[in-house]
Amino acid sequence: MSAEHHDTHEAHGSYRSYMIGFVLSVVLTAIPFWIVLADVEIHLWLALSIIFGLGAFQIMVHVFYFLHVTVKAEAGWQVMSLVFTGVLLLIVLVGSIWVMTHLNTNMMPQHEQMEMMRNAG
Amino acid sequence: MANPTHPAEPVDGFDFYVAEDEHHEPGTMLGFWMYLMSDSLIFGILFAVYAVLGANYAAGPAPSDLFEIEKILLATAFLLLSSITYGFAVITMQEGKQKAMMLWLIVTGVFGLGFLAMEVMEFMHLAHLGAVPGVSAFLSSFWFLVGTHGLHVASGLVWLVVLLIQVQKHGLTPANKRRILCLSLFWHFLDLIWIGVFSFVYLTGVLL
Repeated sequence: MSAEHHDTHEAHGSYRSYMIGFVLSVVLTAIPFWIVLADVEIHLWLALSIIFGLGAFQIMVHVFYFLHVTVKAEAGWQVMSLVFTGVLLLIVLVGSIWVMTHLNTNMMPQHEQMEMMRNAG
Repeated sequence: MANPTHPAEPVDGFDFYVAEDEHHEPGTMLGFWMYLMSDSLIFGILFAVYAVLGANYAAGPAPSDLFEIEKILLATAFLLLSSITYGFAVITMQEGKQKAMMLWLIVTGVFGLGFLAMEVMEFMHLAHLGAVPGVSAFLSSFWFLVGTHGLHVASGLVWLVVLLIQVQKHGLTPANKRRILCLSLFWHFLDLIWIGVFSFVYLTGVLL
């Protein structure tokens, strides 16, 4: 039962897995840059969703092929802490953006405020 | 507490402890992973700050006035190449080829230095244009986010040089192997953060 051997062999990849990760990363990097540099005629929101979608996909490629996170590595603690951090990041990012972009809607618009001051004066 | 004089002596048919416990090779690796997770929280907060403040130009320059995407593409290529060469360094290390590993590490360092040089040049260019952190909330959060990433890459480079000296002096000892694997995690992690930076800050900034 050579758990040690098994670990070192699986956990740090091979030329093949690194190359797969690298080629995927190159493609996933090239497409968003091409969209911006070539001024591709698509809707802004489509362009943004492609950039963010491929970015998220590339992050997963890195996690799998370069960081070698697997469900089994470190008895599951690695993937567990990764998921936990991901959830925290999601709360922080989505929460911040959500709250901060809605602050304006909860405020009285500035021109209305000025209008009121003018009427009062 | 009943029988303190005989700690965990296996009695026939009973195991008072799990004989085949999970074998954590070096606990350092998991600990370092936890550090990376906390580091990604730092970056996550900086990204959140940029997301909230990034559109407040305060009559200063906007991203499309400042960012040169061709150069960012080149820097991205440097960092991605350094990631794959570090991967090769780890593989050659597993095969016990010290010379080849050190060569791959040096190549990694050169690419990393290229990335860092491009970033320093960009910052100097921005400073020359007067786009310094004090101008607007956008520039404050931009310098802070990208600068923090750059500082990480710089410290990774210092670590790389120190490790090269260590390996040269003491060879591929288990401790050195562990350190190289830790730096591998760190280095790939920085490349991962950079994906967020170029997608969210540079490409999105120029599009909007």
